[in-house]
Amino acid sequence: MIAELGLAALWLAAMLALLQLLLALGIGGRPSAAGARPLALVQAALTLLAFAALIVLFLRTDLSVTLVAANSHSAKPWLYKFAGAWGNHEGSMLLWVTVLALSGALLALFERRVAEKMLVASLGAQAALGLGFYAFLLLASNPFARLDPAPAEGRGLNPLLQDPGLAFHPPTLYLGYVGLSVAFSLAVGAMLTRQVDAPLARAMRPWVLGSWIFLTLGITAGSYWAYYELGWGGWWFWDPVENASLMPWLAATALLHSVNVLAARGGLRSWTMMLAVVAFSMSMVGTFLVRSGILTSVHAFAVDPQRGTFILVLLALYVGAALALFAARAATIREGAPFDPVSREGALVVNNLLLSVILGIVFVGTLYPIVAEALSGEKLSVGPPYFNAVAGPLALLLAALLVVGPLLRWRRDKRPLAKWVLPSVLTAATVLVITFVFVPGMGILSRLGLAFGIALVPASIVPLLGRSLRRTPLATWGMVIAHLGVGVALIGMASESAFTREKLAVAQPGDKLSVGPWLVELAGIAPVAGPNWTAIEAHLRASRGSGAETLRPQARVFTSPLTETSEAAIHTAWNGQLYAVIGKQRDDGWQLRLWWKPFVTLIWLGGMLIALGGLVALVGRLWRERRRGREAEE
Amino acid sequence: MSLKPKHQRLLLAALAIAAVLAAVLLAMWGLKDRAAYFFTPAEIAAGKAEQGRAIRLGGMVEKGSIRQGGDGVTITFVVEDGKARVPVRYRGITPDLFREASGVVAEGRMRGSTFEADTILAKHDERYMPPQLGNQAAEHAAAKTLDR
Repeated sequence: MIAELGLAALWLAAMLALLQLLLALGIGGRPSAAGARPLALVQAALTLLAFAALIVLFLRTDLSVTLVAANSHSAKPWLYKFAGAWGNHEGSMLLWVTVLALSGALLALFERRVAEKMLVASLGAQAALGLGFYAFLLLASNPFARLDPAPAEGRGLNPLLQDPGLAFHPPTLYLGYVGLSVAFSLAVGAMLTRQVDAPLARAMRPWVLGSWIFLTLGITAGSYWAYYELGWGGWWFWDPVENASLMPWLAATALLHSVNVLAARGGLRSWTMMLAVVAFSMSMVGTFLVRSGILTSVHAFAVDPQRGTFILVLLALYVGAALALFAARAATIREGAPFDPVSREGALVVNNLLLSVILGIVFVGTLYPIVAEALSGEKLSVGPPYFNAVAGPLALLLAALLVVGPLLRWRRDKRPLAKWVLPSVLTAATVLVITFVFVPGMGILSRLGLAFGIALVPASIVPLLGRSLRRTPLATWGMVIAHLGVGVALIGMASESAFTREKLAVAQPGDKLSVGPWLVELAGIAPVAGPNWTAIEAHLRASRGSGAETLRPQARVFTSPLTETSEAAIHTAWNGQLYAVIGKQRDDGWQLRLWWKPFVTLIWLGGMLIALGGLVALVGRLWRERRRGREAEE
Repeated sequence: MSLKPKHQRLLLAALAIAAVLAAVLLAMWGLKDRAAYFFTPAEIAAGKAEQGRAIRLGGMVEKGSIRQGGDGVTITFVVEDGKARVPVRYRGITPDLFREASGVVAEGRMRGSTFEADTILAKHDERYMPPQLGNQAAEHAAAKTLDR
């Protein structure tokens, strides 16, 4: 029953999306917000119902549902039954569609700042997006399909996904990914009704900011998850699936900055519309890459060419239509207010150009292997050597410009800025000299990254100097915190790649290994058991000078499906992490792999600071809007 | 220096187009010698892989070919595709799903007639095969598992 209920709710939601689109097109009645709003709200309620139905099916391990039988198991801990609902292709697409419908409902509910005509057009665009993905779900990825006869037991969830990260990472990432659809729809609505102006930007800004915060958190969480779960000690692999989340983030970051220019100065109108279209297009490209099964990845749950084609057609349709609309309307969008090259606008243009170039490089590098294989049958892969060498220097340049950009004033800035910038230049130069003397073998990217990161941390606070801190808008605080986060993350990345120490050896109980400043003793090896796995656990005692830390890395064997995974053990110290992995048994002991990664935690701390900066800015913006709205009413 | 709004817009549009072109040119330059090509043992036997260049090797781990090195953390094995065999040497902990008669993708470079691997990727679960090894095999396996 529950499965049928979920399926019916999805079909109904799809019908409502169709109605919403027709209404926006003026078919069957005059387009009005009063008509479109309830449609969007009920649609979201229905998709939520369908999503809840799927979760109930997974919690109950209803094996008469194909998806549950193929991906769940009755002996699984309840958290993974729950989160396992989206740890598969169909379930994760249902989550995608649910977030899309929720975004539409939030837009319908809270967006009162734009003209009614535009809101209806935007809701129409949102419904058009929804319609395609409902069709994909219902026709090519039905999560509620029945299995007859039902098997006695399910096949279980990929053990790599059996981690608390599964409960957090995909929903967060999707909120960001799909939340960008609102910016897309607002841009389409504005271009259709020819109202590309500052009020639109002020309306769009919180939506962009909100999605961007979730995207940042989702990427940060995904990076940490991969770091501790895969047991490879790496935090970013330039894997196409990671790039699939990075590309919308780069576009959204550019959009976040350009929408400010439009909101504050009425400039960069066409460019901002273009970015809003590109950002969500990148989300769809990412969905295509991850969900089509075209990639080799833990995220590619199953291989099905039909699904890939389906998403590709949707992608071409939506991106093509939006770009065609842009081409048709670009000439009618008015020019913005002029500005000097040396100005806040000028700096933000440079920010946008650099982010766009990085986006282009990541895009080409990610898609090139797929296109090359499709065209010539040549099989190749593009990895870290390409991305680091080509995108790395540009990212560093962007970080260096972060020292100057936020200091500039709107429109024109003729003040001498040297006294503000000079300390940063000196800091960076000092770090460079010190590293040249003490760490001559350091790679150029990590050397510069460390120097720029250390210089950026104090420099990011400079915009607050000389202001009354109480009167400083929250948005400015947010910017400062986010830029500080960039510096912090940069230090972590540079330190991890330059100063990591590794030890790989075979050890017997009683043996001592040294890695970096640590002396690690293998105290013992013992079997342990969990709810649906058994494991060999090493007992490690690590010390540096005084005190002792205990680490217990495991080699786990899951019973369903029968799979071995390795669970790394990590000790977090104030200045880095000690990371231990146990390998296979050998004649003379056990394989142990140890890493000492100084300041690696700063990478994710930086990511969280960036997201926190976004949150502070978002609260500030919304607060101000509310107060202004109240004042206007009075 | 102050431009008319119209001219400023043209300048910005030109800059945007230049940025896109720059991205594509930079990407092409980077891809020219940094894309790691995927090779099968047969292609390596035919001498298609350049010595010392970063490549990926994909195939099946030959049955009975895995040997432990003296230090306990180095292994050697043979990757085959039914047409040719390539010996591989790897120092590190092999992934959990690395076993004989199973699919593998190794990243590394050719040194003489041996492939020196930096990283070994094995299939993640029984439904998974690297697409490079042929989607049909994976589909076949998936269909079989679902039938069961």
